[in-house]
Amino acid sequence: MNTAPLKIKEKLAAARSNTRLINEGQRVIRQGKGLLFAIFRTAVIAGISYVILGPLIGIVVNSFFSNADKYSPMVYLIPQAPTLERYKLAILRMDYWNTLRNMLLYVTSLTVLQLAVCSMVGYGFARYKFPLKKLFFACVIIMIVIPSHTVMLPIYMTFQSFNPLGVIGLFNSGRGINLLASPLPMYIMTVLGCGLRSGLYIYIFNQFFRGLPKEIEEAAEIDGAGTLYTYFFIMIPNSMPSIITVTIFSLVWQYNDTFFSKLFIISQNVVLSKQIVSLQANILNIDRILDPSISALYLYAGIVLVIVPLVVLYVVLQRRFIEGVERSGIVG
Amino acid sequence: MGKLSLSRKKSITGLLFISPFLLGFAVFYLRSLIMTIQFTFSDIALGEGGAAGYNLYFAGLRNYIFALSEHGSFKQDLTVSLINMVIDVPLIIFFSLFMALLLNQKFRGRTMSRAIFFLPVILNSEAIDTAISMARAMMMGGMSPVSSDILESAGNASVNIAYYIFMLRDFGLPIFLLDYVVEAVSRINLVITASGVQLIIFIAALQSIQPSLYEVARIEGATPYETFWKVTFPMVSPLIVTNIVYTVVDSFMTSPVVELSYQTIFGPNKDFALGSVFSLISMLLVCILLLAVCTVISKRTFYDN
Repeated sequence: MNTAPLKIKEKLAAARSNTRLINEGQRVIRQGKGLLFAIFRTAVIAGISYVILGPLIGIVVNSFFSNADKYSPMVYLIPQAPTLERYKLAILRMDYWNTLRNMLLYVTSLTVLQLAVCSMVGYGFARYKFPLKKLFFACVIIMIVIPSHTVMLPIYMTFQSFNPLGVIGLFNSGRGINLLASPLPMYIMTVLGCGLRSGLYIYIFNQFFRGLPKEIEEAAEIDGAGTLYTYFFIMIPNSMPSIITVTIFSLVWQYNDTFFSKLFIISQNVVLSKQIVSLQANILNIDRILDPSISALYLYAGIVLVIVPLVVLYVVLQRRFIEGVERSGIVG
Repeated sequence: MGKLSLSRKKSITGLLFISPFLLGFAVFYLRSLIMTIQFTFSDIALGEGGAAGYNLYFAGLRNYIFALSEHGSFKQDLTVSLINMVIDVPLIIFFSLFMALLLNQKFRGRTMSRAIFFLPVILNSEAIDTAISMARAMMMGGMSPVSSDILESAGNASVNIAYYIFMLRDFGLPIFLLDYVVEAVSRINLVITASGVQLIIFIAALQSIQPSLYEVARIEGATPYETFWKVTFPMVSPLIVTNIVYTVVDSFMTSPVVELSYQTIFGPNKDFALGSVFSLISMLLVCILLLAVCTVISKRTFYDN
């Protein structure tokens, strides 16, 4: 009498254990897949990190090598008699501390200007309606796309005899003044929103401000805030992500820029990268270190000196930077 | 009346906000472009004191004809620059998208690896580049800075690249594809260093995809492969255009043709007209290339709104 239900029960139990087995199997397969993928990911990332870091490690390590280390075929990566000699001479020949101070002043002041001007222009594009707006914004895109070398010659000539509206010419028999060989052209261009990659920054700010809710400003307006007050005390503090993004981009690119510093013949007392180009030749000629493999060690020390400020900056701002890009409106 | 004047006032405020840019664009870009175009059609006689004074004489198309038919290296540099671009851009885009997908997953050391991948952007200075490439050449096959002499004695331990190339050819891989693969592998350094910014932009794009989309895909039973093509890729695709524009402009800045035009203008000959022709022609070609690529891609791009 009871046999039939019993059979069903058995069948049910068998089926259950079967599904459990199948589930178990699937889980194992899934875990295996995950593990394989993790291995693959680690391998790829480690490999590419090596490609990026390898030369850097090589340079840093080399800059501590003494002559004996350099000549010894046994020394691999870890110097046996590390020395700071390379740094001492490189600092001397590059006039490092002075140049660094000038450079930081130059770069940070330009960055502050970039932030002020580009956020302003971006805000204007994002929040106001005015005639020809589309055309003007097309100009921003044109500025991003047109490579600066196409306009370098006229810009060079403009600053060689700088004569806005003929005002300066009145005092100077119509010739204008030569602003080259000083950082002034860079400042003028940046203030007018045409500095190094300003177009990109305007674009970033525009996208970000467009993403902010309009209610913020409406509320401010109802509470009696003026346009400038709203802009400085409400919009700017709210745009921290894009400010951080633009700050890092601007600092880094301005620091590494060789195009404009070459074009405007900016003195090598202000631009570290110019010092690094002439460093090896200087050491060869002044200090009579003729073996290129030894004088290269001084060059490595110089390179380390040049990149250390940027690396420090990046390590400090790194986490906020990547978060910043994520929310800064590059993505739209 | 009141309403009109308010909107008037608003539009004037807006114009004031963007006025620095308008002025700068007019002075430095618009005027410069016109001047550059003018130079290309002129013979330029320099006055005393370098470029401070100069006279323009109309020369018609002579400069263009000279650049395109007689000049020694312009056409070659131009083709090399464009070909490099055509090879590099897809590589950089694929690479950065792929790495962004990897780096967007959750695993230990994620922040650290992101920081490492962005390092090339920070260290991307022309002056340092030359030195680093020197160092890299010395480090072939290992990290030893004095490896050049060690390498010779241990040469048989290194990877035999020719073997793999012949093997792939014997598999029947089409030769042009093989060429591209070999080219791509030999450019891996260049690609990695040039894709820092693009990588960050793609990561940001991936972060901004709503998790609910993935949830729906999972509930509907989509495989990871389908999820990628149906969710991730369409959501990221608008930024592919952005990244292409950025990559093209960036790689153009350091291309041989730009170097040539710089040398022509500021080198010993100070040939302003010819240099302007070089930069104008190359700029036009790059813009046409960009326009073509962007229109083709934009048609296939999915826009959220």
